[in-house]
Amino acid sequence: MPIVSRGFQGRRRQPGAGLVPPGQYLVDDFPVLSAGPTPDIRLEDWDFTIVDETGGVAARWTWQEFRSLPAEEVTVDIHCVTKWSKLGTRWEGVAVDTLLEGVDTAAEFAVAFSDGGYTTNLPLEDLLGGRAWVAFGFEGEDLEPEHGGPARLLVPHLYFWKSAKWVRGLRLAEQDEPGFWESVGYHNYGDPWREQRYWDD
Amino acid sequence: MRWLEATVAETVPETARTVTLRLDVGDWRGHRAGQHVDVRLTAEDGYAAQRSYSIASPPGADRVELTVERIDDGEVSPWLTTDADVGDQFELRGPIGGWFVWDGDDTTPVLLVGGGSGVVPLMAMLRHHAASGSTAAMHLVYSARTLGDVIYRQGLEALASPHRAVTLTLTRESSPDWGGHRGRVDADLLADLGWPPSVRPHCYVCGPTPFVEVVADALVGLGHEPARVRTERFGPTGG
Amino acid sequence: MDTSPLDGNGIAGALGELFAFDVTMAATTCAHCRHTQPMADLRAYVRAPGIVLRCASCGGVQLRLVQSTERAWLDVRGIQMLQVPAGTTV
Repeated sequence: MPIVSRGFQGRRRQPGAGLVPPGQYLVDDFPVLSAGPTPDIRLEDWDFTIVDETGGVAARWTWQEFRSLPAEEVTVDIHCVTKWSKLGTRWEGVAVDTLLEGVDTAAEFAVAFSDGGYTTNLPLEDLLGGRAWVAFGFEGEDLEPEHGGPARLLVPHLYFWKSAKWVRGLRLAEQDEPGFWESVGYHNYGDPWREQRYWDD
Repeated sequence: MRWLEATVAETVPETARTVTLRLDVGDWRGHRAGQHVDVRLTAEDGYAAQRSYSIASPPGADRVELTVERIDDGEVSPWLTTDADVGDQFELRGPIGGWFVWDGDDTTPVLLVGGGSGVVPLMAMLRHHAASGSTAAMHLVYSARTLGDVIYRQGLEALASPHRAVTLTLTRESSPDWGGHRGRVDADLLADLGWPPSVRPHCYVCGPTPFVEVVADALVGLGHEPARVRTERFGPTGG
Repeated sequence: MDTSPLDGNGIAGALGELFAFDVTMAATTCAHCRHTQPMADLRAYVRAPGIVLRCASCGGVQLRLVQSTERAWLDVRGIQMLQVPAGTTV
């Protein structure tokens, strides 16, 4: 049993019952977690690409084209596998449903890829049905670089490592391909309500 | 390496934001100047957080001393600097690191360059230099924001001697009474205060990551061998 | 400039749970760019779901470590070669 340090609480607040998934704590701030340096992205060089399972470019938008797409404001709870949760966060983004409209595919899986090399994998159906966005705004402001700006994936029903920062596209695939964290111990799916943090969960 | 039991024996405020904790550590095997420890705090419900802190005391001191800077939205430093009282306990692992150490077993000149709380492991080296009677020439160049932010101000004055020099440079001191260096550590200051590369001094650079990058690059730019420039990065805020 | 990383010194305690040698005394040859450097100089990202060590020269990922209470996962595909001086056991 580790030594308990009198009065130590850390930065977290205790959650109310039922508000957060098991094992999570509420935080007041918005922790920045990163596997590498914040990429320096120029909007004139930015694009978002959907690559289908044949390897072909099924769709592509420049920043201007992307920002002309219909966008929506959503308020969601987010849960990080490192145990912090934030309730009622406000985002603005383009629904992935909108981006995949008109994309003809038989693929069941997707890999989101980002500037800096980060990847994460999801079943394609988890990106549809109003459950995922490519978000460019947070709490009424432009999404800051350290939080994934200019745009990040937002998939709040899964642990937040699936909401890839600095996202640049989706690669659709017939086979599932574990991404950056999924290939080194983190759960392939990552449902916070079933506490699917690691491979053996 | 296992977790050891640390008990706070004394707390010594150093500046408005930093505190030195003097600890009794069970089964402490001793350490080398420049090494650090990992500190782990566990709450009653099992929630734990862990951070690394450099050892400020020299080898052979009675107690293990850590000097901690309070980071306002930190997890661990607020407890260590504000809540920890004599008798409080936490866990500690170490000593860690054989790279960023100075043992004083040769007389090669030593240049120490510290930014903010990066001075802590360098202070252990200075204290070891004094305690061991080393004849190696040693020079600490220490960058802080204001005079009030200088950690160990009196201790540094007491340690300064002909072959153990301390130079402060302040980056945001507004008082006109400060007659010392102002501004960031740059290649010119290092060339002025350090030794030429042909002397092959040992260089130790410690502090926030941006500070370390700038200083290490400057030293290599001046011609010092990269292998002779040892660095320890504290991340964005210096601890 | 990226202000967030620590370096190999800062994660030596955590890696000491897995390795029997002092990682700050070791050197790696990067599998991406072939540069050899002290592990102490690798850039360490610890505010992450795991620890990531990146080459100081090319930024490529050399090591990834994830730890749960039950087990640890370690990927070192980014290290082509690891050199450890004799006598550096922890």
